[in-house]
Amino acid sequence: MLDRVKEKMDDRKKVQMDHPTGRVETSAGTKIQSRKVNMWYDQTQALFDVSLDIPDRTVTALIGPSGCGKSTFLRALNRMNDTIPGTRLTGQIVLDGVDIYKGDLDPVQLRAQVGMVFQKPNPFPKSIYDNIAYGPRIHGLATSKSVLDGIVETSLQKAGLWDEVKDRLTEPGTGLSGGQQQRLVIARAIAVSPEVILMDEPASALDPIATGRIEELIHELRENYCIVIVTHSMQQAARVSQRTAFFHLGKLIEVGDTADIFTNPKEQKTQDYISGRFG
Amino acid sequence: MSSRETLFGIPAPDWADPAMQRRMRRRHGGTHRLRWLGIAAITGAIGLLLLLLVSIFSIGYSAFTQTVVTIDAPVAAEFIDADDITESNWNRMARAAIATLFPDDAAGVRDPDYREVLSRGGYNVIRNTLRDRVIANPELVGETLRITVQTADPFDQLAKGLVRRDTPEDRRRVNNRQIAFYDMLVEEGRIERRLNFWLLTNTDNRFPEMAGLAGALRGSAFALMVCFLISFPMGIATAVYLEEFAPKNWATDLIEVNINNLAAVPSIVFGLLGLAVFLNFFGLPRSAPLVGGMVLALMTLPTIIIATRAALKAVPPSIREGALGIGASPVQVMTHHVLPLAMPGILTGTIIGLAQALGETAPLLLIGMNTFITDVPEDVFSKSTALPTQIYIWFDSPERGFVSRTAAAIMVLLGFLLFMNAAAIFLRARLERRW
Repeated sequence: MLDRVKEKMDDRKKVQMDHPTGRVETSAGTKIQSRKVNMWYDQTQALFDVSLDIPDRTVTALIGPSGCGKSTFLRALNRMNDTIPGTRLTGQIVLDGVDIYKGDLDPVQLRAQVGMVFQKPNPFPKSIYDNIAYGPRIHGLATSKSVLDGIVETSLQKAGLWDEVKDRLTEPGTGLSGGQQQRLVIARAIAVSPEVILMDEPASALDPIATGRIEELIHELRENYCIVIVTHSMQQAARVSQRTAFFHLGKLIEVGDTADIFTNPKEQKTQDYISGRFG
Repeated sequence: MSSRETLFGIPAPDWADPAMQRRMRRRHGGTHRLRWLGIAAITGAIGLLLLLLVSIFSIGYSAFTQTVVTIDAPVAAEFIDADDITESNWNRMARAAIATLFPDDAAGVRDPDYREVLSRGGYNVIRNTLRDRVIANPELVGETLRITVQTADPFDQLAKGLVRRDTPEDRRRVNNRQIAFYDMLVEEGRIERRLNFWLLTNTDNRFPEMAGLAGALRGSAFALMVCFLISFPMGIATAVYLEEFAPKNWATDLIEVNINNLAAVPSIVFGLLGLAVFLNFFGLPRSAPLVGGMVLALMTLPTIIIATRAALKAVPPSIREGALGIGASPVQVMTHHVLPLAMPGILTGTIIGLAQALGETAPLLLIGMNTFITDVPEDVFSKSTALPTQIYIWFDSPERGFVSRTAAAIMVLLGFLLFMNAAAIFLRARLERRW
């Protein structure tokens, strides 16, 4: 059954690559480009004309007060919002020159290319090994047990968890501490070789030490991946990101280098938010 | 204390004030009353349940033993056909064997009083035992065989003290002459009380001392099997579709309301449906466990669907998001993650549904599973009864012996239910995982 899924996905990929209408030219170094993205939950509009370029091998932080649309925008990048009934999106989101909302693209394949880490760590109630191996298995990435073992080990090493769990790979992933669980799900996302990793407040449920480890990890992952992180903590945005986008009431107010946004914002609203006057 | 001002321009509450303390006592009193009311309600419910169990057990326990007579049956050469042993006169041999028990004043082998002491079904048992054993081993001619058979029900009652000797003879089921014969048999050591395995190994019979539940047990097992095979896959498929894949519109709303209402439809209505559709329209066999199972499946479906949907809802969305987030397809999310996590709840619901189906009588009456059937059903198409309908048949029978047997059959049914509920608890504890 898994083989058939893989074949089907390969077919879709071919269609998508050959299909001329889905291709969009983007500027060099841009991994994801959004243009005039509007989004609705039933009648409520959550995003207004968001146009944002996200560069590759960079950490882009999305900041803003609660309900500003930053999480909605993040979930639009891997079509996770599709699973919520009543959502609607107009505009264009382009990943590597391909419009991800054009009909041919398979969201299942997209979500393998664009991994996601959630606010609350959500390991599967399976062993640590199976948590990591699940993705490669369903996509048929490993040709043999030894290759799969290699994927599991490398993913855990990249996530900085290998030394802590290498002797207990068969124990349930849910038995780890909160910080370890969050690194486990990061390793799980890495295991299917994504190009982009989306993080939705990945450290908000963790203590300062675990948070520090996650931030270090994000720093290392930047060398290989395009990372987009939603955070409520402006200090965290300042520490981990190179680019920062400020959202307010569903609109993208300002985007720029993190250093500029925090020291010399152009917009009054950004200034007010980062100086703690609202939000 | 009361001098302290509040935000509202009124004095701060004075907790030492007697009025305030009275109010506090009243509030605590309310809690106490509610607790005692709850305890009283539970005690009442448990008391009534105990009363029911005690009344059933006190009547039913006596059916688990049976009074038997041991006969030393002579295999006399006069009844044997020398040319073809299978053509021997087994009937007369059996009658003669019974007559060996009779006292001297017996009016021949057909003495009307004395022959009633043995079960009339027992006569067949003696004849068949003699025939089978002598044909298998002709050297037994001239020997005697020890054969044990049930006494007739009135003498079983007498042995158990349910027929009282001090009742006037004209109002007693057994007359004085029969009692004298019985006492003689007791003295000779031929009367015994044995554990009544026949209750589980015999099929239904006109004579209570011979009647057993073998046919009903097999019939119930077949019907439940059919019920499970239909309702479990259909119920899960329906619930998964409605919960995970169906669009939310008026049509699915209508279906949902109807499923919930279906769970409250009286079971006899399903019986009518089975009669009209399965028997009269499709022409399926009457009294068959297949049809019984199909009708019970209709009843069990809503229970399984509702339990499955609740179990699916209880799986945290974070697990679905996690699996979707690494590119699992919706079907993979369902089969790899959500269903395994929901399985304890699904199985519990299924077993509760099946336990309900096991005790259901009305729909089985309408499709003819309350017939007198003396065979163990061979397959789901054979005519059969089920446990609850067997209880109904026995309850309806005039013989005194069926009173205790009805209660005993209820105990067997309760045992079955207890076993199924224990299985549900075990499965739940075994499969439950934390997340």
